[in-house]
Amino acid sequence: MKLASTAIPSSEGFTANRAAHLEALETVRAAAELAAEGGGARSRERHLSRGKMLPRERVANLLDPGSPFLEIGATAAHGMYDGAAPAAGVIAGIGRVNGREVMVVCNDATVKGGTYYPMSVKKHLRAQEIAEENRLPCVYLVDSGGANLPNQDEVFPDRDHFGRIFYNQARMSAKNIPQIAVVMGSCTAGGAYVPAMSDVTIIVKEQGTIFLAGPPLVKAATGEVVSAEDLGGGDVHTRLSGVADYLAEDDAHALALARRAVGSLGGMAGAGLVRETPEAPAYDPEEILGVVPGDLRTPYDIREVIARLVDGSRFDEFKPRYGETLVTGFAHVDGWPVGIIANNGVLFSEAAQKGAHFIELCSQRRTPLIFLQNITGFMVGRKYENEGIARHGAKMVTAVATTSVPKITMLVGGSFGAGNYGMAGRAYQPRFLWSWPNSRISVMGGEQAAGVLATVKRDAIERGGGDWSAEDEAEFKRPTIEMFERQSHPLYASARLWDDGIVDPRKSREVLALSLSASLNAPIEETRFGVFRM
Amino acid sequence: MFDTVLIANRGEIACRVMETARAMGLRCVAVYSEADAGAKHVAMADEAVCIGGAAPAESYLRGERIIEAALATGAGAIHPGYGFLSENPDFVEAVEAAGLVFVGPGAAAIRAMGLKDAAKRLMHEAGVPVVPGYHGEAQDARFLAGEAEAIGYPVLIKAVAGGGGKGMRLVERAEAFADALKSAQAEARGAFGNEAVLIEKFVSKPRHIEVQVFGDGTRAVHLFERDCSLQRRHQKVIEEAPAPGMTQEMRQAMGAAAVRAAEAIGYKGAGTIEFIVDGSRGLRPDGFWFMEMNTRLQVEHPVTEAITGIDLVEWQLRVAAGEPLPMAQEELGITGHAFEARLYAEDVPAGFLPATGRLARLAFPSDVRADSGVRSGDVISPHYDPMIAKLIVHGPTREIALRKLARGLAQTQVAGTVTNLAFLGALARHPGFARGEVDTGLIGRDITALTEAPAAPAAVLAQAALSAAGLWQGDAPHRGFALWEPLARSVTLRHAGEEIVATLRVMAPDRIEVALGESRVLAERMGGAWRLDGRPAAALFREGGEITVFAEGGQVFELVDPLERAAEASGGNLIEAPMPGRVVSVHAEAGQPVSAGDRLAVLEAMKMEHTLTAWRDGVVAEVLVTAGAQVEAGAALMRLEDEAEDAA
Repeated sequence: MKLASTAIPSSEGFTANRAAHLEALETVRAAAELAAEGGGARSRERHLSRGKMLPRERVANLLDPGSPFLEIGATAAHGMYDGAAPAAGVIAGIGRVNGREVMVVCNDATVKGGTYYPMSVKKHLRAQEIAEENRLPCVYLVDSGGANLPNQDEVFPDRDHFGRIFYNQARMSAKNIPQIAVVMGSCTAGGAYVPAMSDVTIIVKEQGTIFLAGPPLVKAATGEVVSAEDLGGGDVHTRLSGVADYLAEDDAHALALARRAVGSLGGMAGAGLVRETPEAPAYDPEEILGVVPGDLRTPYDIREVIARLVDGSRFDEFKPRYGETLVTGFAHVDGWPVGIIANNGVLFSEAAQKGAHFIELCSQRRTPLIFLQNITGFMVGRKYENEGIARHGAKMVTAVATTSVPKITMLVGGSFGAGNYGMAGRAYQPRFLWSWPNSRISVMGGEQAAGVLATVKRDAIERGGGDWSAEDEAEFKRPTIEMFERQSHPLYASARLWDDGIVDPRKSREVLALSLSASLNAPIEETRFGVFRM
Repeated sequence: MFDTVLIANRGEIACRVMETARAMGLRCVAVYSEADAGAKHVAMADEAVCIGGAAPAESYLRGERIIEAALATGAGAIHPGYGFLSENPDFVEAVEAAGLVFVGPGAAAIRAMGLKDAAKRLMHEAGVPVVPGYHGEAQDARFLAGEAEAIGYPVLIKAVAGGGGKGMRLVERAEAFADALKSAQAEARGAFGNEAVLIEKFVSKPRHIEVQVFGDGTRAVHLFERDCSLQRRHQKVIEEAPAPGMTQEMRQAMGAAAVRAAEAIGYKGAGTIEFIVDGSRGLRPDGFWFMEMNTRLQVEHPVTEAITGIDLVEWQLRVAAGEPLPMAQEELGITGHAFEARLYAEDVPAGFLPATGRLARLAFPSDVRADSGVRSGDVISPHYDPMIAKLIVHGPTREIALRKLARGLAQTQVAGTVTNLAFLGALARHPGFARGEVDTGLIGRDITALTEAPAAPAAVLAQAALSAAGLWQGDAPHRGFALWEPLARSVTLRHAGEEIVATLRVMAPDRIEVALGESRVLAERMGGAWRLDGRPAAALFREGGEITVFAEGGQVFELVDPLERAAEASGGNLIEAPMPGRVVSVHAEAGQPVSAGDRLAVLEAMKMEHTLTAWRDGVVAEVLVTAGAQVEAGAALMRLEDEAEDAA
């Protein structure tokens, strides 16, 4: 049934909401622009003077002209490492090559020579995780000096550190998820394994090098003096060593060879979902900025958002009269059938049970799930604890955790406490997790956290017979509130890859469509739920 | 009257004749060479007969085959078109002897006009002015000076045996005659061993104006003049009617002379009397002289049709069938002005070399008359004239007609071969031509400017780039989507011998920024149509990697595939041994040019003989081994170098 919006675009509230969103968007846009520039002007110049394409140019020329690019972690490492690693020195995302969706991972050599900061590793691994879950061929555009040495302790030793990249390559290759590397610059030390572990490797003549130890280290170790090209250049690797398969004249040629390699992969079976003819929503997605309040604390009807995301604004709402703070229902996004789970207030036991029920339905029907998350948490208080809200919440969390259908989560507002779990937060491994610029994420609200800490402290002071003035308490609470404020901001979250990126709410429909399309490259397995606490 | 006509021609004129014949209810028979089996004129005809091989001498010039075809298909008449057998009196006699009607003049009239000198004498006798001159044998200097005086200065002294301007002198005044004659005779003696000269009236600003006549064998009328002064090396380029600056008095004088000429030889059918006209002092009734008569329908006849409203082919067929002249002179009049431009497949910058190619696309605007013998997909072959079409426009005034011509040329779409469209367009915009200041030297004087290859404007480059990237047509889902910063992709095009790199940034599905070096073009699609920097885009055609933008005479672009470009560059200069072995023989020596695939040496290894070949064209710089040598794998056997290096 078609949703009916009650929004009045000319109203004062609408205008004010829009202004607030635009301001939040501008902050993110500026951060994204900074990240897209990569290293400074000087290193870009130096890069270009060597006849190399800039990394974003490489990505663009790998992809089909006009291909969408669903970028992952566009503002990764934002505000980290004193701003030394824009986008964490790696560009990653999903685009089309000869019509086939692929995951591209491209080093940005203008950022500290493309060396891996901790966030670079995390981003690279996240891109691989997406590729593996969704069965997307990987194309690595390699131009990296390897691990960032000053940060080696956070880059090298742990499970999800550098070595995991090659582990993933081997595992994906074993699952017939093609691994293609294009060596367009250095591939030193550990980095040498990216091309070496790939199914197909292309190297650019007199530009790409692959070696375990570069000329300086060789000289130090054995005294042998050798040029980089003779040690591990394109000619050596395609003619003598066999580490690479194709020798390219330049970047453009290398990318054309990679396109050809992808073109010859053949098709994928995919999820086999029946797609309907896509239809634009009846309500303009542009209006999302006006219908969603600028202040998270102001309640609104999430159906106003759904009406601006789904095909024809048609929403077949499931159980509309029960557990009303959770909105569930079926719709189509860009022609794909989806189940939508969206918050319309705090979660009560009924809402949690309804959510679990709906997830069971979608799993049965192999319908992908979209979570629109705006949640302050599960309801608290004696009544609710006594009726077993934890048990009902657990049902929903179990369903979310164990369903096999693709889950795509969008943080459209708050993401606090256990609500995050029930609504497919990062830990519940949605295929993609996107945030709006107005969203906030933390274990609880800053006010609440400061209040909890203050209560504990006041009790201690008063137990000791002391006195705590209201001003002193406010002063005590301020840093906690500020810390939460800072750490819950989406740029802070996205910098640390707690999500896959911040999206302009007006582009949400396209982001969901592209996320679905990518997800459906993988077959949907049979779901086996865990034990539901009844 | 005959009910079936055979058209003994091909191309546009065959099609043109058939259109009228068809409109008159006649059955049309085409003849064709093997090369023309799929041609438009064959497809148009009710019946078609193959008369031989591609070369005209094996087909369109074989009168006996054509007559056989006519008899076999029941044709009562043969229309010859122009060219081929149209002015061959023997053919006319053969046609008539076979009991068929020849649509055109009798053999006698053709013969009378066939010999230029005899024709001039004949015309002189009939009272038609001919270029004054002395062609006699007397060579006495005093006598020749007297003849020059009688002809009237300026005169031209020409060596009888001359050519190439040798022994030719222009004499402006009587005082200069004696010296000029001496030097001309001396030069002629030196160059040709014959100092005999002739003297002719020199026409200082010659114009080519011709009069269309039509006779029924006894009486004739004229259908006014055409100006064909716009010529390049005697090839007409743009014709018009009426002639600019023509006065009523002059027209009457020329028309009367033309009718006299036609009646003097009992002319039947359509013919043209060509005059040379002195344009230096405006058009004056005493300033035109007979040159020759074309005893056939002319290529440029449509401009006469446009201003008189008469279908000349219809008149030809009616008169051939025995009808009297359909109209009397008083009934004929001129309405407005008309131009015809001849569109050729030719390479103008290369010196108007005839071109060939498959017309991947051919389209004309609907408001011009386009007489064409080819369609989209047809081939311009090397066997025949490379004319693609004639574009004819008509307007109430010369100014309006000329504007229509310029616009019609700009909207003409030809892809698959180079054309003279840009040259025609430049002529249509030529200020002197616009003012009506035409003479046969106009094109020659401004040839550099007129043939300059027009540079493609940024908007044209941009649309070619968009087409090359596959973004011009269609609409892939989520085109250009980016979360924040749109990606910029480059495409490389080859155009006019240069490589152009365009960078495309898809800002929105219907908004793309194209960067070309320093310049930027914004492409926006509204209602399905692209605009470039706000202005409507030109039409465009793409086939494979070749893109033609129909602007500035048609701009051609070729998509550069990095894979192909790199293939050319791949490989080094060294020919190496693929494995250890013994050199059995060496087949090249230093300095020897080689082509890709040439055998350079033979290596014996693992009981097999391996032939080493040149992987590209080049020159052998050095031979590094001799036969019998044992070599290691990877040993250099020979070094190649580019031919360019060698030349330097």
